[in-house]
Amino acid sequence: MAVQIRGGAAPPSVAVWNDPRARAIFFQAMALVLVIAFGWYIFHNTYTNLEKRGIASGFAYLNSTAGFGIIMHLIPYSEESSYGRAMLVGLLNTLVVAAIGVVFATVLGFIIGIARLSRNWLIARIAYVYIEVIRNIPLLLQIFFWYQLLGKSLPGPRQSFNILDIAFLNNRGLYVPAPVFEEGFWEIPVGFVIACVASYFIHRWARKRQELTGQQFPIFLTTLGLIVAIPFIAAIITGMPLHWEIPALRGFNFQGGMVLIPEFVSLLFALIIYTAAFIGEIVRSGIMAISHGQTEASYALGLRPGPTLRLVIIPQAMRVIIPPLTSQYLNLTKNSSLATAIAYPDLVAVFSGTVLNQTGQAVECMAITMGVYLTISLLTSMFMNWFNAKVALKER
Amino acid sequence: MKKLTVLAAGAALAIFASGTAMAQQTLAQVKQRGQVICGVSQSLPGFANPDAQGNWAGFDVDMCKSVAAAIFGDTKRVKYVPTTARERFTALQSGEVDFLARNTTWTMSRDTQLGFDFVGINFYDGQGFMVRKDLNVKNAKQLAGAAVCTQTGTTTELNVADFFRSNKMDYKVVAFEKNDEVLAAYDSGRCDVFTTDRSGLAADRTKLKDPNAHIILPDVISKEPLGPLVRHGDNNWGDIIRWAFFAMVNAEELGITAANVDQMLNSPNPEIKRLLGKEGDFGKMLGLENNWAYNVIKMVGNYAESYERNVGTKTPIGLERGVNALWTAGGLQYAPPVR
Ligand SMILES: N[C@@H](CCC(=O)N[C@@H](CS)C(=O)NCC(=O)O)C(=O)O
Repeated sequence: MAVQIRGGAAPPSVAVWNDPRARAIFFQAMALVLVIAFGWYIFHNTYTNLEKRGIASGFAYLNSTAGFGIIMHLIPYSEESSYGRAMLVGLLNTLVVAAIGVVFATVLGFIIGIARLSRNWLIARIAYVYIEVIRNIPLLLQIFFWYQLLGKSLPGPRQSFNILDIAFLNNRGLYVPAPVFEEGFWEIPVGFVIACVASYFIHRWARKRQELTGQQFPIFLTTLGLIVAIPFIAAIITGMPLHWEIPALRGFNFQGGMVLIPEFVSLLFALIIYTAAFIGEIVRSGIMAISHGQTEASYALGLRPGPTLRLVIIPQAMRVIIPPLTSQYLNLTKNSSLATAIAYPDLVAVFSGTVLNQTGQAVECMAITMGVYLTISLLTSMFMNWFNAKVALKER
Repeated sequence: MKKLTVLAAGAALAIFASGTAMAQQTLAQVKQRGQVICGVSQSLPGFANPDAQGNWAGFDVDMCKSVAAAIFGDTKRVKYVPTTARERFTALQSGEVDFLARNTTWTMSRDTQLGFDFVGINFYDGQGFMVRKDLNVKNAKQLAGAAVCTQTGTTTELNVADFFRSNKMDYKVVAFEKNDEVLAAYDSGRCDVFTTDRSGLAADRTKLKDPNAHIILPDVISKEPLGPLVRHGDNNWGDIIRWAFFAMVNAEELGITAANVDQMLNSPNPEIKRLLGKEGDFGKMLGLENNWAYNVIKMVGNYAESYERNVGTKTPIGLERGVNALWTAGGLQYAPPVR
């Protein structure tokens, strides 16, 4: 290999094929051409083979009528909807378990991680056992466990647990009243938005004041109060433009209201509990990465253990915690595809399951599904990287 | 570095040069392999069910065996690949199995868009409903609002949607991938109704905790012509599966059974002579030996024998012949002549 000559002098002229830079560019270009050619070859080969065997290809099928029912849909869907819409239903179902799962797994994970470091022997032991047991049982088994538990322990619709005559729990799900909006309802969300904006300004003001005077302000309680009170007052002024539809037993099942199906609940439980065990370990290692001197310094300043953890340790630990936390979020999202096993209609079950089978367009369905998961993962990573940069230590 | 690049280029060239697999060679591949690979259900008593030793038996399994008998004269030369309703088509399209004998409904889109050919109908069926007796439901019109358990990737989930929609009834469908999961959910009370082909209902009922607590409603909501299928394009291979099946139906019509087939070799009846390979070169026309049908009948039996042994009234499945009787007995089973 040529020796790089450092310094101001121009390198002695060499033949192009001996110039390391030219060589590097050449090989990279070669590699790129090969990769593209290979990709094209696979695509072309698949396409001609499908054609030869008389298998339909292309994406036109997304517009044809699906013809099957889906038990849980967050957007209007019927048997007459298209395959494309069925995909959207599945996607939203995936996103909703993933989003709720991520929030609760984080909360539970932080509790577990902190409990693991507790000076109380019993609490620390419980957290330890939780982590070791949950981490070491395959997630699929845990999903089945919760599903079986709900299925076997809950009564049929006619013997439902009756909760104050408004909610009902049975092996078909938890039936709760559904809000039905009437004319003039918009004032309530407007009140909510006003409350949020007000909270934001109070928060800023309180912080400035604390920086200047050291006086603290009960920011959490105030915010909570505002967010509850303003929409409530709006509701009273407008005369409650909303009523509740109470589920009622008609025929085989409860009709009306909203229902949380057991498939959703057991998948969510399993995902939260499983992921929280991993997050707990991440939180623990994040906290342990902060030198004990920080705690001592904080105590020396007169902070009690609670505020020390909240104001001194956790913010620093976050820098260690966030990158592995991101992969847990991605894992949770991808793991939600185990839903197929218990009939929760997520993206994989609906689209690369039912739709794939009814249309026979395996290649297209798998490609779309993979693309969607990739997009979700990349977006999550991007958000977490942004968040990580935001909480990163700002050297002053 | 240079060596690596040359290698990579060589590999790429090799891949480019290698052509796509030919569609017409299934029989040659099967003969060379010494085995036919048959896609079956995971476990459906009476149709395709492995016993404790892993020996497969059932009405659909007999289709696999008759093909192996026709080609190799040996019913053991089958590799069974259990598939879920959802996996089956990809398994056939991708060449993982040579054909499917898996209570699969012949539909237009499967025949055209999915790139298959159905070779015949070995069981005329229709979709039905099963409910718990204590619900006191007498017919399907009383099922409004019910929760229905079914399997994904089937005609079943489409028919049930059509049925409830066209009768303006509300329903909730809980669709699982594996049949055993559907059954477990139904058995544990997740659903009021279990729906599939009526033959499947009869077979699956035997798997429930208390089969007698459930009834199959009288309604038949669809046509489910079940039969074996092959990849579109290899017509010779399709012919072999088709005629292995027709041999069994013709054998029943001609009164040939596993027990009397050896005497029948001496029969003066020209139809029997042709079927058993005593006259003509019918095996050769398929690319097989002339005793192909003799082997099928000797080793698997005729259509009636297979039916009665696996799903008939003397078995726990207990299905009458019904429309699956021979045309001569008022049914629909009818095989073209060997000539
Ligand atoms: N005939 C229908 C349904 C076939 C089907 O898969 N039926 C189920 C329920 S009877 C089955 O055979 N399951 C057995 C298994 O998955 O092992 C179709 O072709 O779509």
